[in-house]
Formats: sequence, C-alpha cells, structure tokens
Amino acid sequence: MTDTDTPEVKVSIRNLYKIFGPEAEAMMAYVRDGMGKAELLEEHNHVLGLQDINVDVRAGRITVIMGLSGSGKSTLIRHLNRLIDPTAGEVIVNGEDVLAYNGARLAQLRQNTMSMVFQKFALFPHHTVLRNAGMSRRIRGESANVADREGQKWLERVGLAGYEDYYPGQLSGGMQQRVGIARALSSDSEIMLMDEAFSALDPLIRTDMQDLLIELQRELQKTIVFITHDLDEALKLADHLVILKDGAIVQQGEPQEILLHPNDPYIIDFIADINRARVLRVASVMEKTTREGSGLAGEVDAGQNLESVIALSEGDTNLHYRVMRDGRQVGLLHMRDLVRALVPVEAADPARRVA
Amino acid sequence: MATYDGIFRALGLENWCSDGATGGPLTMAEMIARANGTVVEGAPAPRPPLMETPFPSLDALHKACGAIPRSRDMTEAVEQGFLDIKNPLKVVLDPLTQPLSWMLDFSLEAFEATPWFLMIPLLMILTWFATRKPGVTLFVGLAFAFMGFIDYYDDAIQTLSIVFVCTIICVVLGVPIGIAMSRSNALQRGMIPVLDMLQTLPTFVYLIPLIFLFSVTESKLYGIAIILYAIVPVIRLTDLGIRLVDRDVIEAADAFGMSSRQKLWGVQVPLALPNIMAGINQTIMMSLAMVVIASLVSAPGLGVKVLAGIRNLELGVGLVAGFCIVLLAVLLDRSTKAALSRIDASAR
Repeated sequence: MTDTDTPEVKVSIRNLYKIFGPEAEAMMAYVRDGMGKAELLEEHNHVLGLQDINVDVRAGRITVIMGLSGSGKSTLIRHLNRLIDPTAGEVIVNGEDVLAYNGARLAQLRQNTMSMVFQKFALFPHHTVLRNAGMSRRIRGESANVADREGQKWLERVGLAGYEDYYPGQLSGGMQQRVGIARALSSDSEIMLMDEAFSALDPLIRTDMQDLLIELQRELQKTIVFITHDLDEALKLADHLVILKDGAIVQQGEPQEILLHPNDPYIIDFIADINRARVLRVASVMEKTTREGSGLAGEVDAGQNLESVIALSEGDTNLHYRVMRDGRQVGLLHMRDLVRALVPVEAADPARRVA
Repeated sequence: MATYDGIFRALGLENWCSDGATGGPLTMAEMIARANGTVVEGAPAPRPPLMETPFPSLDALHKACGAIPRSRDMTEAVEQGFLDIKNPLKVVLDPLTQPLSWMLDFSLEAFEATPWFLMIPLLMILTWFATRKPGVTLFVGLAFAFMGFIDYYDDAIQTLSIVFVCTIICVVLGVPIGIAMSRSNALQRGMIPVLDMLQTLPTFVYLIPLIFLFSVTESKLYGIAIILYAIVPVIRLTDLGIRLVDRDVIEAADAFGMSSRQKLWGVQVPLALPNIMAGINQTIMMSLAMVVIASLVSAPGLGVKVLAGIRNLELGVGLVAGFCIVLLAVLLDRSTKAALSRIDASAR
C-alpha cells in the first residue's frame, strides 16, 4: 500500500481495554502499571479481555482480525457497535466517539451505519427468509414494500432467489449464512462486521462464501471488519491483517508484509504451515524499479501468486521477469528472490528474521 | 406442678408469670379431657416420668407460667388479626375483584343460554380452528354428546365456562408478570418463592381466607381461588420461555438496533410462544382441578355432583361426575396440545 491511495479511516479504535469482572474499572490501574493477563486473573480474579488495542479500519477495505479462540477477537468486534462496552479507550466511527452515544443515537448507528453477520447465523427462526433479509429495513420503520424489495434484491444477489418463503430452519448452513449476508447488505450500511461468518460452514462451502464475499466487495466497496481463526481465510480476504493473541495485538499490517516479515515467534509458528507459493504475490517479492533490466524471460502481473510464476518459469531459477500493473512496469522479479521468499522465516538467516 | 416450673423459678420470673392472665379459651387438650371427664381441676398433676417430658410448647409452658399464651390463644390471635385487616382489605379488594364476579356470572349465563345444538357445533368449530385435527374435533363433539346423553351436559358446560373465564384471566395477568420476571432478575428472585407457595399450599387452604373476605354467594370467591392456584404455570413458563430464547438471536436483534419493544414483541414473545402455550395448557388443567374443589364454596358444575356423591354417599353420581371431569380434562388437554404443536411447527 502506498501512501497516495490510502483511503480515509472509517473506524478507529484507540487504546481500547476490556476487563471482565465486578471491579473492572479499579483493575485498570494495575493493567496500566503493566500487570499481565495471568497475574490479573491470579491475584484479582479479573479477566483481561483486551489490552491496548489500536486499529485503524480504512474505508472500502477488508480488515481481518485473526486470532485463536480466547484471543479476544469476538470481544473486539462487539466493541465497534457497542454490544460490549469497553473498560477504557475510544471507538471512533466516522469521526464520532461511539462511546458518547446515547441509546437512541446508538440504535441509529446499529440500524444505519453498521450491520453484522454472525458465526451461528442468528436468523429469526419464526420469520421467512425474505422477511429475515429485509429485517433491517423493517427495524428502521420502513414500509413492508421497501423491506421486501430490498430483501428480494439481496437474496437474488447472494444466489437465493426462489427461497423467499422458506423458513431458516429449512435451509442448509451455507444457505442460512447467505441469508445472513443478505440481511446485512439490505441495511445498506457502510460498515459490515463479520464475526467468524464462515467458520461454522464446511470447507467447500466456506471457499464458495469467501469467493462470494470477494466478488461482492469488488462491486460494493464496503468497509468490512472480518473476524476469523483461519489463517488461509485471513490471507485470502485481508487488505489489512490484525493478529491478536491473549487480547493484545501481536502484529498488524499488509498480509504479505506479515508473511515475509513476521515480528513474533507466535506468528512464525502460525504461518509455518501455509503454502507460501500460493499466498505470496509477485508484488511482495519483486525489486521495485522502473529500469529496463536485461535478459528478461517475459512479463508477469504484480497480483499473480508465486505458484503461477514458478509454473511459468518451469522451475528455472535463473530467469528474470518484468512485473506489470495496469500495463505499466512496476518492478523486476528475480526468480532467485522468489525461491528465497518461499523459505519459511524460521529457517532463514537471523538478519532476515528481525527485518 | 408442671414440668417447666423449675425453669421459671430459676429465672426469677415467678411474679411475671403469676401476673399473667390464666383465663382465656380452653386448650384443645383441655376440651378433650373435660369431655372425657378425666381432669380434676386444681389437683396437682403428678410429675411425668423423664421419658414422657413434654416438648416445651406453648401449652406446656403455659402450665408452668400463666403469662405465656397457649396455642389456642395464638390461633385466636391469628384469627383476630385477620378479622382486623378484613374490613380495610375488603374496601380495596371488593371493587378490584368485582369485575371477576360479573365475568364469571355473565359467562355462565351465556354458556347456559346457548342451546346444546348450537354449543356443541360451536365448540367443534373452535377446536377445528385451533388444532386443524379432525380426530380431536370429532372427540370434542362426541364427548359433549355423551355427557348430554347421560344428562351431565349442563354441569359440564358450567365447569367449562368457569375454566374458560379463569384461564383467560390467568393469561391476561400471568403473561405480563412472566415477561416482567424474565426482564428483571430481582423480580424473578422475589416471585419464585411466592409462586412456590401458591403451588404447594393445600388447595383447601386457599379457600379459608377467601371465605372470610367475601361472601360465599359471590362467584369471585371461587374465581380468585382458581386463578391463584392456576396462574402459576403460565407465569413460570412465560418467564422460562423468554429466558430460553437463543442468545445469538437476541444479539442479532441488538446488533440491528431493535428497540426493546421491537425485541420483545417481534422476537422474544414469538419465540417463547411454544413454552407459553405449554404454560396455558397446564393452567387449564390446574383450573379444572381447582374448580372441583371450589364446589365446596358454591362453584357450580361437575364438582357439585362429585361433592354430592361424597356427602350423600351417592356412589354412582360421584363416579360418573368424576368420569366427566376426566373427559373434560382429556379433551381440553388434547385440543391445547394439538394447538401447541401447530405453533411449534410454524415456529421452525
């Protein structure tokens, strides 16, 4: 990401803390003095859910928050629409502090600005699919006609035309989550919160849903905050990746950047098993230059993954390619760099590791 | 000489004791003893052997110390206390409960005024719309036809009328109470002992204070007894049903900015409906049970026949009336359960 095309910050989380327990406020002093999660639990019987979270969610991008269970990712996403109130910190949406909102203003935020998709779908089981899809409109008090029209439109868009009169219980998990997405989209909110939206689905359907989301996003340019525990999913969807561990951010940034320069043993462990050739893209390993270069074997696109380049080169590590983006040269790809990038960080030399 | 004389002497309370009045009504034991002519008043009682030492009860202590009230004084005081608050209570309760009498009387008149050849088809139509099951509908028709045939139709319809009114009032009062309980843990904590008490209090005990408060000729007397007894399940199951609604669904409702009223009527109550209906079913069954006992305080219907069976030893009348009650219970249960399963099916 270059500075010139960085979009505005839509949601900003500043120094957010969440402590669970009866005297959460009083515990803040200990936490600010540097008491860790384990100590706080042991000595004061309070759970440190989130500590010092700072995240900027940029408009029109998918921000993925990844962590294992218990890392606080679901807690974090619920702070954005205040399903959970923080112990300390700020949540700023469109320049306004959400924590200062009163009940009515908060309801307005939830109805108009943020919609949410849930891990367990959380559809209303006593309403038809169509009614579920248009629910956000009905809650806002819009007419049944508008609600049904919008619901219908988005059901068609997520591939559920013809299922309007079914009840959620009659649909498969994948189809129910499509209804969940249609419900979120029909509210026409700028921000979409997706809490492990695809985690309850089986792998093939999950891939389908990820593709659907990417396709929708290309068209709609929503600001999406996506929670997952699945690294492959995170890498596939993320424009900005936040890795959470024990309620604290371990590293955040562009996913390719994290993959190439993990700054924490936890992340190194985490990324050790993934297929780097499929995830890494040419742009991340190329030499950024506009010089001509000599002895080029051909042109590759900056967005291509390394796997396809290896196939193109037929395994020859002595080749060089010109890297193109939108018809302009943006760099040169040396196959030797490419191969080096495929080696997981833990095996690489210490100099790279700290980079 | 009484067993506990020594204690009062040791405590130096002899004067206080002898100041106390020794009059008052006779104890139950004294009355029995006098009836049997066994007690010689004034004669010193022989000291009982150790193994027969009486429990230091009010009566036993009274023998040693006149200032301590006897058990009968205590029940007398309870009665007097009740009589004292009776009038102010009546001023408040009478107008409050008067509509109940009107409703019960009006419903009774309406049920009785409707001729059987309209009533039975009407009940069948009602059952059909509630259950959509031909079997249950037919059963309702046949059951009433049978009761008509053996000349118990009038009693059955009176009982049905009372159950009908009481159930409606139980639902109208019980569902809001249940909703309030589900929304406030404090209220739930406070209500549960009350509900437990209402449910465990022997059914006859309900009648005692009510007889004092209202005259036996008023229909609200048995109406109140039935409602107090039968309202418990609908309150409990409304509370439970709302609390059991899937938390994820509630969270979704919150996340989309539903107001608490939208959430209550749009999500919680509809999703709790199967449980609420189960509560209503129980309420109907319990009011049917109570309406029989309420015949002791002039509730008309099949209970009167059962009572006659006991009082006059008319075995046949009592048994047949009892069978009709069972029939009524079965048909009410079947119809409400069938209606419940219809709601269950549409809720998924």
